[in-house]
Amino acid sequence: MSIRFDKLGVVIALLVAYGALAAPFATFRANRIVPGDAKTILEALPAGAGAALLGVMVAATVVILLKTPTFLRLAAAAASLVAIALFIGMAATHLAPPENAYARVSPASGFWILLFAFALLAADSITRLKPRPVVRVLLLLVTLGGAAVILMSGLWDGLSILKEYAGRADVFWLEAGRHVTLALGSLAASVIVGLPLGILCHRVEPLRDGVLNTLNLIQTIPSIALFGILIAPLGWIAVNVPGAAAIGIRGIGAAPAFVALFLYSLLPVVANTVVGLAGVPREANEAARGIGMTDRQRLFGIELPLAMPVILTGIRIVLVQNIGLATIAALIGGGGFGVFVFQGIGQTAMDLVLLGAVPTVVLAFAAAIVLDSLIEMNVPRRERGRTA
Amino acid sequence: MIEIDGITKRYDDNTVVNNVTMTIEPRTVTVIVGTSGSGKTTLLRMINRLVEPTSGTIRLDGEDNHTMPGYELRRRIGYAIQGHGLFPHRTVAQNIATVPVLLGWDRARIDAKVAELLALFQLDPTLFAARFPHELSGGQQQRVGVARALAAEPNVLLMDEPFGALDPIIRAKAQADLLDIQRLLKTTIVLVTHDMDEAFHLADKIAVMDKGELVQYGAPAELVKNPATEFVETLIGASERPFRLLSIETAGEAVEPGTADGKPLPEATSQRDALSEMLWTGRHALPVAAADGRILGRVTLEGLTRRAAKPQ
Repeated sequence: MSIRFDKLGVVIALLVAYGALAAPFATFRANRIVPGDAKTILEALPAGAGAALLGVMVAATVVILLKTPTFLRLAAAAASLVAIALFIGMAATHLAPPENAYARVSPASGFWILLFAFALLAADSITRLKPRPVVRVLLLLVTLGGAAVILMSGLWDGLSILKEYAGRADVFWLEAGRHVTLALGSLAASVIVGLPLGILCHRVEPLRDGVLNTLNLIQTIPSIALFGILIAPLGWIAVNVPGAAAIGIRGIGAAPAFVALFLYSLLPVVANTVVGLAGVPREANEAARGIGMTDRQRLFGIELPLAMPVILTGIRIVLVQNIGLATIAALIGGGGFGVFVFQGIGQTAMDLVLLGAVPTVVLAFAAAIVLDSLIEMNVPRRERGRTA
Repeated sequence: MIEIDGITKRYDDNTVVNNVTMTIEPRTVTVIVGTSGSGKTTLLRMINRLVEPTSGTIRLDGEDNHTMPGYELRRRIGYAIQGHGLFPHRTVAQNIATVPVLLGWDRARIDAKVAELLALFQLDPTLFAARFPHELSGGQQQRVGVARALAAEPNVLLMDEPFGALDPIIRAKAQADLLDIQRLLKTTIVLVTHDMDEAFHLADKIAVMDKGELVQYGAPAELVKNPATEFVETLIGASERPFRLLSIETAGEAVEPGTADGKPLPEATSQRDALSEMLWTGRHALPVAAADGRILGRVTLEGLTRRAAKPQ
């Protein structure tokens, strides 16, 4: 029997080999802003632990390289992810004893490459297993739960990013709340406005091009420019409309950030609503009219249910886009995780940048998985029957 | 009874249907034929007001069809279209139940109706009720489409090229089934098609539309004998005339006393098919049997030839 290699597996194995052997696993710095010393796995960990981690990597590489059962590949990915997560915490305590408050240990390129490689493997295995939507959400919860357990256990407390967090715990959760409120609030507003607008564009053809072109134009305005454009009108509203200032409308701050995110969100929601409704089979619409459905019954009974997967795809785009875009709200005092990113850039403290960036990425990733599952549950059975 | 009275439809300067007047008798099958763009579908769609006429009136059993909102009118008139138009996200049972649900029937009555219609269309309710349209064959989808149109027990059923998307074998079966169901339910059917064979096979009366005008309206034999215009003549086809005449009536109607050898023809066979069978088997006469197997007599080549000749 000849040995057969897995094509994607070869790429991932090369990544793992580079990440584990050539690239540094962790960086040690005497304090948070000086350049650091790169440490390989063997340097960053106690002797036995380093060898153990390398052993796990070698075993995983064998599984990845060969054509192995998908379950085994997923198990290898999960085990390796847990291993690097645990050992990076151990590296922190090993390189910088807890009593040294100034020293910083952060994950280095090797860690990130390994994380990426095994995440890729996990994603690939999960795709091949074709789990049901509910199972995918469960897998997400298990992963997040695992990360939460490690966080609570204090294993990662020695890592630089958590040292940054330790000094800002209360602000962190405040900004997290603002970030989520901005992203979800603007999404809700854009759905409330965009869905009816999309339906209107579908029914009233002359409107369609005008509305979509306007929204396209808005999409091309750079966010910073849009903030600038919004300062004057929002400032005017704050001064001249009674009660506006009281609910927080000002030329800068959360209000323009909210308005900008809302405006950016409109295009995907409206465009997908229009496309979704246009994709409803002509015969189904014709028959619905012919057997006596009113326009309303046809809209809610036939058109919207059939267009729903496409509309949800638009909402998914908006949600992921908004979670990412909300970081720039910090530029004009709108809050959110962007606060840490921009503070970090200002202080050349990359750990602080990560404190803002990592939660944003995790949030966007989780939102994408949840909404994808929702979309799949909403696809009429005819589609699912065909693909499965 | 459907009385179409001076009905005209104009889009800007383009007259699609021009001053059409005709009366459709209850419990009959009327087929509207014409080339594309002749206005036949527009005429059909003005009966249930999917298209609003520019002028003229249409009365159903004496009642102007503008006395109620369009959607209420349409719930009382069956409507089946080409390509079935089933709702892909609803099951067969839900599709059929659409109009009864809109009318607010109670659950038990709806379920009974759905089961009854599925059985009538030879679809086992236990097998088909919960299926989705994409899980059915083309012929089954078409039957469910007609069943949905009949669910609220309408007196009138409008059909717009209902068999256009079916292959020839399934189409012949669907046409035969439609005639059986029409005889059973006594529904008044108005059907639009461009297929003259279909028209002659199904129609009690044929209405020929040309460029928005109703050029002839009468029994199929009448069209063959006395075509009103050159267009009607072309539509029927000069070389097809004798066979058109034979395809209108059944072998049972051409029975002569006497006996003949061979396997008997069912009396519902069209005279055209009887002739075809005789020519193919090289016989001069064939026995004809009733549905219960009783021999009624025979059809002869001479008899059919006489019937196919130009009426004097």
